Amino acid sequence: MADGSSNELLEAPLVIEYPFMRTTGPVIGAFLTGLRDGRVLGITGADGRIVCPPVEYDPMTGAALTEMVEVGTEGVVTSWSWVTTVREGQPLQRPHALALIQLDGADTSMMHVVDAGTSDAMSTGMRVAIRWADEREGLISDIAAFVPAGAQ
Amino acid sequence: MRDVAIVSVSQSTHQRSLDHLNEVEMIQPVIQGAFEQIDATIRDIDFVCSGSSDYLAGQAFSFVMSLDAVGAWPPMAESHVEMDGAWALYEAWLKIQSGHADTALVFAYSKASPGDLPRVLSRQLDPYYYGPLWPDSVAIAGLQARAMIDAGLTSEAAMAEIAHRNRTVALDNPHAQVKGSASIEELLAQPYLSDPLRVHDCPPISDGGVAVILAAGDKAHQWSKRPAWIRGLDHRVDSHNFGARDLTTSPSISIAADKAGVAHGKVDIAELCTPFTHQETIAVKALGLGDDCVVNPSGGPLAANPMMAAGLIRLGEVANRIMDGTADRGVAHATSGHCLQQNLIAVLEGEG
Amino acid sequence: MPPYDNDRVVVELTNPGWSQPEIHIPAGGGDGEPVQRIRVPAALRYRYNPGTAPTEFLLALANKKLVGGVCPETGDVYVPPRGVSPVVGRPTSGTVEIGPNGTVTTFCVVHIGFGVNAPPTPFVSALILPDGAAVSLYGTILEIPIEQVRTGMRLEPVWVDDDELTTSFENIKYWRPLDEPDVDPDLLKGHM
Repeated sequence: MADGSSNELLEAPLVIEYPFMRTTGPVIGAFLTGLRDGRVLGITGADGRIVCPPVEYDPMTGAALTEMVEVGTEGVVTSWSWVTTVREGQPLQRPHALALIQLDGADTSMMHVVDAGTSDAMSTGMRVAIRWADEREGLISDIAAFVPAGAQ
Repeated sequence: MRDVAIVSVSQSTHQRSLDHLNEVEMIQPVIQGAFEQIDATIRDIDFVCSGSSDYLAGQAFSFVMSLDAVGAWPPMAESHVEMDGAWALYEAWLKIQSGHADTALVFAYSKASPGDLPRVLSRQLDPYYYGPLWPDSVAIAGLQARAMIDAGLTSEAAMAEIAHRNRTVALDNPHAQVKGSASIEELLAQPYLSDPLRVHDCPPISDGGVAVILAAGDKAHQWSKRPAWIRGLDHRVDSHNFGARDLTTSPSISIAADKAGVAHGKVDIAELCTPFTHQETIAVKALGLGDDCVVNPSGGPLAANPMMAAGLIRLGEVANRIMDGTADRGVAHATSGHCLQQNLIAVLEGEG
Repeated sequence: MPPYDNDRVVVELTNPGWSQPEIHIPAGGGDGEPVQRIRVPAALRYRYNPGTAPTEFLLALANKKLVGGVCPETGDVYVPPRGVSPVVGRPTSGTVEIGPNGTVTTFCVVHIGFGVNAPPTPFVSALILPDGAAVSLYGTILEIPIEQVRTGMRLEPVWVDDDELTTSFENIKYWRPLDEPDVDPDLLKGHM
């Protein structure tokens, strides 16, 4: 109960929470279905480059894209940073890398995490591979994380 | 095109946390300050536009409440953008260009202190692929910094120099939050916050706001001896899919700069809304700024970064230096989204 | 006015507009139903501080009082106080006690409640003008048959038990009728 002092700093916890159900459409839906099936799909861009994760419209021209292709489950780190303060909801609850990963056969990078253990184990250009989640349901978290290739 | 100028600028003293004030109490003196500078009131204003984001303090429709600080009675023409106030200024400028107003009040503010800002900003990401990973905004900026370092376009030492320079000049800015800097050697000796970024490479978290008054033609002359005329104003956006773009360049800044006419004259000063040190390098190059241009005389967002206001503050800082005669022509930049995804460029000029 | 022609042609669309292009998916996928929707809950957590004027309001509630902020130009009292007079854009000149009794300025009967805290339906949701204030507060009205609720009726707040008082508007459980004559609704105009 308040003590009536007008210098008192009142504070209350506030949670903004939404259950969000999002429809995926056929392109994102196909990608997530692919993850559930244990494969990764990209899409062919207007200039022929393979965009992964796939998008409905070309990032440069805006043209509607329709030709999906399978890309590899391994790839190359094109950039990374190291996360020491882990936060609620992140795929790994220990220090890890946030990285851009270009999967074999794709021409763009996907952002995800790399469970490398220490930042010394990370380098631009290193090869990483998908560690699949034990149970997959058609979400980006079907990829539990990437790991240094050969370490799955 | 009508001649439109910034004639008054008012800012709060930005702080890490203004926990004893609500947003209305925080922004009211800032708005009042903008009016007092030119001896005007809300009755002289045809249009009000504000920039803010409900997600920062977790208050839905908080911008509606902020109109208490304006004294919006009788009811007036008013609008809001869920973006940096620089885009609210763009809307107000359009309103004046279209002949629906001659004067406008533009303000922007935020209190990010109640929440975990790096986590809140993950809501700007693709909701299917990246949002569910809840990456923090600093780690995402780190991806761009690493790309810059790998490409040889910057280095940790160059980034530390940018931090040192900005925060040192901030000593002369009464509104800045982080003033003064340790030496570059001391900065580089600090541990990483999010390798390759150290604390000094990142902006502070700030509560604060800014208010700016626009006026067209004769009204501008009535309110300011040397109005800061907006000679060019443009904004562009790069792909939201940052895995699909080159993070070391900013085509949107270059295109906006071209459309705003940056290269049409000498640029005395540039205020860049580049909250991370490596981003200043990207913006300077994309704008084609020469060595004779003074970058961030205010200390920039590294010295104070109230979300949603930092970009409008850059326009205000350039305008102030034109109005007081320190500069004749300047460029102001505002940004939105991760890794400089969306950018606005303004060219301001004084006469005589 | 000319008669309305339901059959008149406004415009002919030569291009029927956008339609979903067919997406070609490489063979080799599984047999399951394609993913069409995903649940991606999001929760953001904050520490909320009410600010100076709202703090006075909340502290007063802990003492079973209502307070409002005074407009420095008109003397009107605004509630809940936010520190600034909304019609002049200046800081309020002070805080004064209002109510705690009030008058119904408008109301509606809710038949479909929403949210976990909604009272049992049907219930009366009302705007209640505290004595001395210029604008109304939200509240629910109980202890009276719904069809007897009317604009202008006098109410008093029903507070939680003393040991349940906190710095919260929830200290007021609901409002109930006061045995006082109704206020002429004409006098309530502009006070919602």
